[in-house]
Amino acid sequence: MNTAINMQNQSIALSISPSLAKNVRRNIKERLIEFILMLAALSAVFTTFAIVAILLYESLGFFKVVSLVEFFTATEWTPLFEDAHYGIMPLVSGTLTTSAVALAVAVPVGTIGAIYLSEFASHKVREIVKPMLELLVGVPTIAFGYFALLFVTPLLQKIFPELPGFNMLGAGIVMGVMIVPYIASVAEDAMRAVPMSMREGSYAMGATRFQTALRVVTPAAVSGIVAAYILAISRAVGETMVVAVAAGQQPTLTFNPMEGAATITAYIVQVAMGDLPHGSIGYQSIFAAGLVLFVLTLVFNIIGHVVRKKYREQY
Amino acid sequence: MTTQTLKTKATVLENLVAVRAMIRRHKRNDIIFAAVGLLALMLGLLTLLTLFLDLVMDGYPRFNLTFFSEFPSRRAANAGLLSAWVGSVLVMIVTFLTAVPMGVAAGLYLEEYAPKNWFSDLIEINVSNLAGVPSIIYGLLALGLFVYGLGLGESILTAGLTLGLLTLPVVIVSTREAIRGIPVAIREAAYAVGATKWQVVKDHVVKYSQGGILTGVIIGMSRAIGETAPIITIGALTFIAFLPPSPISDVAPFINFEWLGSGFTVLPIQMFNWLSRPDHAFATNAAATGAIIIVVTLMMNGTAIYLRYKIRKNIKW
Repeated sequence: MNTAINMQNQSIALSISPSLAKNVRRNIKERLIEFILMLAALSAVFTTFAIVAILLYESLGFFKVVSLVEFFTATEWTPLFEDAHYGIMPLVSGTLTTSAVALAVAVPVGTIGAIYLSEFASHKVREIVKPMLELLVGVPTIAFGYFALLFVTPLLQKIFPELPGFNMLGAGIVMGVMIVPYIASVAEDAMRAVPMSMREGSYAMGATRFQTALRVVTPAAVSGIVAAYILAISRAVGETMVVAVAAGQQPTLTFNPMEGAATITAYIVQVAMGDLPHGSIGYQSIFAAGLVLFVLTLVFNIIGHVVRKKYREQY
Repeated sequence: MTTQTLKTKATVLENLVAVRAMIRRHKRNDIIFAAVGLLALMLGLLTLLTLFLDLVMDGYPRFNLTFFSEFPSRRAANAGLLSAWVGSVLVMIVTFLTAVPMGVAAGLYLEEYAPKNWFSDLIEINVSNLAGVPSIIYGLLALGLFVYGLGLGESILTAGLTLGLLTLPVVIVSTREAIRGIPVAIREAAYAVGATKWQVVKDHVVKYSQGGILTGVIIGMSRAIGETAPIITIGALTFIAFLPPSPISDVAPFINFEWLGSGFTVLPIQMFNWLSRPDHAFATNAAATGAIIIVVTLMMNGTAIYLRYKIRKNIKW
């Protein structure tokens, strides 16, 4: 009898085991796939860490030679000359000046565009205009560089004859036009998040569209609009090809857009085009400059995202 | 008393006239602002149009077949784009093969698998942060990591991987957006008939989000094709008068990977090179190259936008 039960048990075990085994295999496969997908997602984390690690590592070599005080206070940037000076400020001033010109163009135009898109445009117009703005974002920046150098600058020289061929004004204006769609779309998102009831309240009091847009919708969406500006600054600061082509190659401590001056990004491009030995101070200097650029854009990005989050929580 | 009423009537009428004038003024403001707003939005478009016409007019002497079949040369009129467009195609292959599988996989993980905890938050913060990092920083990463750290040199592989990392956030974000549109009911139906998680993801989630993912991939690729700064930063040579070894050989195994390690140039780099020469004759070549790059990227972006429009129209859950 004992053997009979045993045999019965065995036959049950036999009949179950193939499907159990299949289940086990299936579970292992599922886990494996999940693991692989997670690795792919981790690549984003890895990239960020790699960027920070490389920038810090190479900059460390740079800051062994150059003191932080000199880096931030010296007024000349000539790492590749015999008589080397390592003051980042001329590059920072160039970056900030071109960005300021760009924002002076992009902020008014982008804001007006956003108000129009969100408050005035009919559904049909919006369906046509928004994809076109996207097309504009897709144009390679090198083409805008050509435009700034060989179209906009000659045009500006007709108005200001003393303007040099490489100048921050032309580069900044073109950069501004490039940033307009960006400001317009982020600011429009913020305005559309303003509840309809607020507009209806305003209309009910007899306000026109323009009054409602200006006095009700814009103040309600102000944090989102400001976030758009801040994110746009980050864009402008990191923009490379337009300034590398059209703003000049000479690091100059100036805030005058009528002059030419190198930006941080233009300096990196200029050095990378030459043939610098790996590990030399010139090679390390582009990583130090890159670190400053990375921190600048990161700070603006973080502030922008924090400000942007705020308005989302309001309604 | 009559004078009193008349007086009130007069003031009311006066007021009425004033009010009507005010309403007219405000309505006029509406129209003026709408016109200004449309003009502001058109500014970008007009710029794009001017830019394109400018490039075409400056570059038209070069629009012939030899421009595509000649190597760069010291003489502007003989110089061509052969090595540049071949380089662009090869780099894009590497970029595609890195960014698409990784980006789609990462998007699937974040939407379908990731538990809600600090770890998933960390990944998400990183993805949105990476989208805001200037492209030239990716170039520095590639210079330190791929060129010197891993010893890949200034090769097609390095450039492709760099642009792959650059387009990764675009692909991840668009994959996630495409997946988010799929109703839970579809997944539940699949689970109900005994599908495993991977089967649900592979046969249903991916299938229904294909169009959206494709849109993101095209936009990412078009961005990569025009990207100049990171490729310059890795130290890509700009005067290349040879082609990388062919990926297909006539002896077994018929495919070789030598081309991955080859030096290269790409279209935007070639344009930048010509643009930065003092000799003005080369500006013509730069303009022609610029026009070609714009046509390619606009066509890709246009396709993506059209696809998205079609998808939005067709899918009714």
